[in-house]
Amino acid sequence: MTEKKRLVVIGNGMAPGRVLERLFEAAPDAYDVTIFNAEPRVNYDRIMLSPVLSGEKTYEDIIIHDDDWYAARGITLHQGKRITGIDRDAKRVTAEDGTAAHYDTLLIATGSNPFVIPVPGHDLEGVVTYRDLEDVEKMISAAKPGGRRAVVIGGGLLGLEAAAGLAMRGMRVTVIHLSETLMERQLDPAAGYLLEKAIATRGIEVITKANTEAISGDTHVTGVRLKDGREIPADMVVMAVGIRPSTGLAKEAGLDAGRGILVDDTLRTSDPDVFAVGECVEHRGTCYGLVAPLYEMAAVIADQLTGGTRTYQGSVTSTKLKVTGINLFSAGDFADGEDREDIVLRDAASGVYKRLVLKQNKVQGVVLYGDTADGAWYFQMLKDQADVADLRDTLIFGQAFAGASPLDPTAAVAALPADAEICGCNGVCKGQIEQAISEKKLSSIDEVRAHTKASASCGTCSGLVEQLLKLTLGDAYNPLAVQAMCGCTRLGHDDVRRLIKAKALKTIPAVMQELEWSTPNGCAKCRPALNYYLVADWPEEYEDDFQSRFINERAHANIQKDGTYSVVPRMWGGQTSAAELRAIADVVDKFEIPAVKVTGGQRIDMLGIRKEDLPAVWADLGKAGFVSGHAYAKGLRTVKTCVGTDWCRFGTQDSTGFGVRIEKFMWGSWTPAKVKMAVSGCPRNCAEATCKDVGVVCVDSGYEIHFAGAAGLDIKGTEVLTLVASEDDALEHIVALVQMYRETGHYLERIYKWAKRLGLDTVRAQIVDDPQGRKAYFDRFVVSQKFAQVDPWAERAKPEPTQGHVSEFRHFEPKPPSAPARTLEPAQ
Amino acid sequence: MSGDYVPVGRLDDIPPLGGRCVKTPRGPVGVFRTEDDRVFAVDNRCPHRGGPLSEGIVHGAFVTCPLHNAVISLETGELAGPDVGRVATIPVRVVDGEIQIAIPAEIPRDPVPGAPAAALPKTAARRVAPKESV
Repeated sequence: MTEKKRLVVIGNGMAPGRVLERLFEAAPDAYDVTIFNAEPRVNYDRIMLSPVLSGEKTYEDIIIHDDDWYAARGITLHQGKRITGIDRDAKRVTAEDGTAAHYDTLLIATGSNPFVIPVPGHDLEGVVTYRDLEDVEKMISAAKPGGRRAVVIGGGLLGLEAAAGLAMRGMRVTVIHLSETLMERQLDPAAGYLLEKAIATRGIEVITKANTEAISGDTHVTGVRLKDGREIPADMVVMAVGIRPSTGLAKEAGLDAGRGILVDDTLRTSDPDVFAVGECVEHRGTCYGLVAPLYEMAAVIADQLTGGTRTYQGSVTSTKLKVTGINLFSAGDFADGEDREDIVLRDAASGVYKRLVLKQNKVQGVVLYGDTADGAWYFQMLKDQADVADLRDTLIFGQAFAGASPLDPTAAVAALPADAEICGCNGVCKGQIEQAISEKKLSSIDEVRAHTKASASCGTCSGLVEQLLKLTLGDAYNPLAVQAMCGCTRLGHDDVRRLIKAKALKTIPAVMQELEWSTPNGCAKCRPALNYYLVADWPEEYEDDFQSRFINERAHANIQKDGTYSVVPRMWGGQTSAAELRAIADVVDKFEIPAVKVTGGQRIDMLGIRKEDLPAVWADLGKAGFVSGHAYAKGLRTVKTCVGTDWCRFGTQDSTGFGVRIEKFMWGSWTPAKVKMAVSGCPRNCAEATCKDVGVVCVDSGYEIHFAGAAGLDIKGTEVLTLVASEDDALEHIVALVQMYRETGHYLERIYKWAKRLGLDTVRAQIVDDPQGRKAYFDRFVVSQKFAQVDPWAERAKPEPTQGHVSEFRHFEPKPPSAPARTLEPAQ
Repeated sequence: MSGDYVPVGRLDDIPPLGGRCVKTPRGPVGVFRTEDDRVFAVDNRCPHRGGPLSEGIVHGAFVTCPLHNAVISLETGELAGPDVGRVATIPVRVVDGEIQIAIPAEIPRDPVPGAPAAALPKTAARRVAPKESV
């Protein structure tokens, strides 16, 4: 194996983050990567700083790569170390603290610096820029509600988002803008005017044509003075007038630079071993400050680094304003010109404005305000330079009209070509999303985000992604599919199970702490679920929390409507004997048990037992050799059998013996919901195995294993898992299946629902087609049984049980006030 | 009427987030211990179908009935959520690790099992903050 090449990255923003993501996807072992980051933190999503400022998200929400991500890829990340020199001859970079690193390939991603207008007072305390998390933290701490005033200089994208965020934080905000209308680089005057009105309704004052003369104050900002003499009081001034590519380091190293570091179409600088990416770059005369082009560059660099030939041709960008409640889309160029034609739609009453700029029947620019649903459609035409002559008459009414299709909200998305970009932030196109949905069987927007990153950043395309889900899945798409476990958390069962393993959470308090439960100790829905997940996932370590179990599992008996209990002793495979029946009869007499009944699972149920009698009942049953039948448990209940080859003239295998064997092997195991099984000795199926959670139908050639049946709230015949020749094989398959269910089931989810959720093929693939995986499941079940096969009855019939609480079966009894306190005794 | 408090058991006899039933002539009383060692006592019969509340799962200052999952505030006795109804709360305190509840002084020594659900006197139905937790 050849030695890994050394890649050193200067800067750890979104562009290099994306380069590394793509690089490690394509060639995980090609490079040893070292990152120097001047900021003392991991890679986060700068696009999302606005929601952090407004309080809609936190820093943790916007982390892209956490420490584990770097660790898993063996990346050395120097946080808070600023590179001060690049020695291209020695191929070495040095940080200000002296840390040095050699490279074979260098990637410069120094980004940009906010531009600060050099007016008097620009260095006063209270003047901040809007660039990184430090800036946001400064603004948040300055934004005390109650009359504190902020002035934002610059009415572009960033300035307006900052203004909206500060207003949401309770500040009185004034936006000062040099031009006549807001966002004049992205919007035409009409849309700029509508935007100004919308901003004003949020209580933000907008002053256009305003030229800042000075920032007033002695040591701290007190206001902003305009050239026309107006003075606007301020406790904080945010400079958001633009960015400058950060090129100093590259220039000092002798690399060619103009406004930005000059790169060719392979994104190499004037030194072929040095790449540059992101906002620090100048490509074909253009510098970019939006995320989509940076990501397009990143994909090209990752390809080049792995020997590919992709090139970067420049980007056409579109803009969306991330201010809640304002819908704004713009792309391309809409300067007036003789060869240009406008198509404009205005609906003043509903605040809609749409403008398309065409040149020779090709879209050059798009501005949409108020209704941005067709933004992606127009943007695609713009990028493709498609001829719109045929659509022209109705083009402005949008895609639904153009297609003459009914006003189905998904029609617009349906008509997009597969390479149409849906998520601009992450560069994900329609085809990728559709493919992921069908191949990976995704059913929720969260899953799509996890697999494709579409709508995972700014989220403005969430609607489109949902429509794609709906289109791809049809009626099977249920937007409410991922439900929180209960009111104590926003996480669903899958997330909780995954995080318990990933974060190695081993107690209920640890789960609630780490997963940010909203209640002090959960509720009757989540506590039993968590207790089960921990029992199942950490059998050797977890100490069962009995106060988190339903009373049936705490008392090891079934509570009845009058508060008494019923007790069911285990009868292996439904077989019993005279001695057992005699013992049961004696117990019934001794404790005056009012009712005795045969159950549907081939057992005997004794009903109406007082709680305080339970330990004595168990002690007597235990003497006769009985153990608990777990008729109360979310666990293995019963294995029904027919008499098989022992007696039956049709029997093909020893169904009774096999049922007993399964039950003795699996009893005591906890499962997400109850598990009922049966073994029938021939296809006549007297044990009714084909409506059980797991069933076996014996045939001449072996054992047909069934699963996912139901005969309760729902009626459902089983599915065939497979046919195996020997009893040993059958046992291994059954045990592995149940273990898979134990590891992936949701609490209270029966096997038929679990199998439907995972897909029958997924279950078959893991249990039937993968012998090693099956064996691993089997082995894990065996390990967990070491800790599970303790008879709870024997345990609790002891004078001082080691499981559960000593006084569980004692009632309290009031004593006269004069009586001295004494230890409680069991009540009669 | 503080003399009416009678000892019923020790705090240690109830695990945190647990409950126990006290049989009294007036009917069963549920005594509960929260995670932070506060102690509450309420009429043990769920207003829904009479389920034994002391057998339920305790969470925060609530208990969920074991029969049909009604959730009852131990502080007020009220049913939580959309359900309407309440159980009587019983004055309770902890003295030197001993749980005491306030029921009438003249208790017959022989509790009547399954005594009919007599209405609680109004004075006993008020909420009393638990005291002197250990």
